[in-house]
Amino acid sequence: MLLQQLINGLTLGSVYALIALGYTMVYGIIELINFAHGEIYMIGAYMGIVALAAAAALGLSEVSAALTLLGVFGAAMLYCGAYGVTMERVAYRPLRQAPRLSPLISALGMSIFLQNYVMLAQGARDKAFPALIGGGFEVGPARVTAIQLFIMATSLLLMFLLHTFVRRTRLGKAMRATAQDRRMAALVGINVDQIISVTFLIGSLLAGAAGVMVALYYGLVNFFIGYVAGIKAFTAAVLGGIGNIPGAMLGGLLLGLIESFGAGYISAEYKDVFAFAILVLVLIFRPAGLLGEQVPQRA
Amino acid sequence: MLRLEDVHTYYGNIHALRGVSLEVEEGEIVCLIGANGAGKSTTLMTISGVLRPARGRVLFGDEEIQEVRPDAIVARGICQVPEGRRIFPRLTVRENLEMGAFLRHDHRAVEAGLERVFTLFPVLRERVSQLGGTLSGGEQQMLAIARALMASPRLLLLDEPSLGLAPLMVQQIYAIIREINAAGTTIFLVEQNAHMALRVARRGYVMETGQVVLADRAPALLENEMVRKVYLGEV
Ligand SMILES: Nc1ncnc2c1ncn2[C@@H]1O[C@H](COP(=O)(O)OP(=O)(O)OP(=O)(O)O)[C@@H](O)[C@H]1O
Ligand SMILES: [Mg+2]
Repeated sequence: MLLQQLINGLTLGSVYALIALGYTMVYGIIELINFAHGEIYMIGAYMGIVALAAAAALGLSEVSAALTLLGVFGAAMLYCGAYGVTMERVAYRPLRQAPRLSPLISALGMSIFLQNYVMLAQGARDKAFPALIGGGFEVGPARVTAIQLFIMATSLLLMFLLHTFVRRTRLGKAMRATAQDRRMAALVGINVDQIISVTFLIGSLLAGAAGVMVALYYGLVNFFIGYVAGIKAFTAAVLGGIGNIPGAMLGGLLLGLIESFGAGYISAEYKDVFAFAILVLVLIFRPAGLLGEQVPQRA
Repeated sequence: MLRLEDVHTYYGNIHALRGVSLEVEEGEIVCLIGANGAGKSTTLMTISGVLRPARGRVLFGDEEIQEVRPDAIVARGICQVPEGRRIFPRLTVRENLEMGAFLRHDHRAVEAGLERVFTLFPVLRERVSQLGGTLSGGEQQMLAIARALMASPRLLLLDEPSLGLAPLMVQQIYAIIREINAAGTTIFLVEQNAHMALRVARRGYVMETGQVVLADRAPALLENEMVRKVYLGEV
């Protein structure tokens, strides 16, 4: 039981972490809670279905499962990346100088718009996502499915890549510099608009990957999945300390574990309640989150 | 090299620069002095492209730059060390310096630039892997100047480099400003404390409420009755 909950929790948590990264990175740079981020994840799940159908039509699925998987992930991630970058251009950039509430409202509007758009385009009913990865094995009393392993490994890889990018590369360092002092970043020659675009791109790529993973895991997709996942991932970002990248990873994993253990030992019906209770508790007692520094007041 | 012609800059309704005209020639050190709120920092931010003037022209060489983006202005060779230094607090000293060289792609030139600033500021070499936010005020000022030098600017804008520093540190910073200028970088310096600034500068401008009210050679300004009274604290 304990081991099983641990495995389930880590699987779920790695997906939350991937989505939480998008919230936290965007907040770090432009202090915006991008409410439409959950929708990007949902679009990723739908795009996974579309890409899978395309792969089947092209006959790729019969040639190689690994290649199909790679193609599906690649297509969904790139598509989401394009969505994220476009969203920033049309919905947030024009409001950069506006009062803080305006981009927040714009984000809410974007979220509602994308949900309805996908509902109209894809229908309001659940869509099935074919199982691509089957099998699993027993670890003592617990069972690990291949898909769970796949989700954990892929998330870990993506987070490692992100970490390396942000720590080591010129663009990654410029991203951190921009998050710390946007005006100074411009004064050393960083094109701040470009960095903001890159931030949305990366956050959306990760959300796209998360979308496909969850679709693979549960086998079902609908236009509403971005809403709950979005709030949970946002909770994870706040738990870790919004704006803090390792914080989002930690917050995601913790939230996944809390949910899984809560569902296993207390009640599965209250699964979603745990996330919101944590959000409230963190906001009251430790608004800076587990790893967040006290949010610096910008002059 | 740099010329402002009748520049007007606003913050919303606040008319901060009311027709500023001034000039900096290649190789000079020019200073701009004035009391709190006179518009000195606004002038520098307008030159750097962070603020857009509502009217007037900013010329760098023969080109108008008042509509150019801040990063493109850095690319043209104007770097600013802003008021309060604005070190990236959670980047290491080395990363701060790397960000200064953000637009330079020649790896070897960047390494040479690092060597140069470490020679000018040996203390930074000892602190390379320390976070910028943990440096002392004087060290941060050195890092801020070093970061700007990493871009190898033709024109360096300095906003109150002596602010909040102990007298000995001020001496040291000003010695380095002279050295940087002697090595061929033109310097436009903003100061509230006019003493040091007028001693290193060749020419100076005095600013009051968004306007240049006096312009002269620095030695003459040091002798000027009004300047002595208001900005040098003499009676
Ligand atoms: N962000 C801002 N919003 C509104 N008004 C501003 C802003 N920044 C500066 N001002 C106003 O513009 C005028 C000029 O300010 P500026 O910072 O250029 O002065 P300064 O000469 O640099 O002063 P100090 O010596 O104190 O640094 C002041 O009246 C100031 O109140
Ligand atoms: Mg100032």
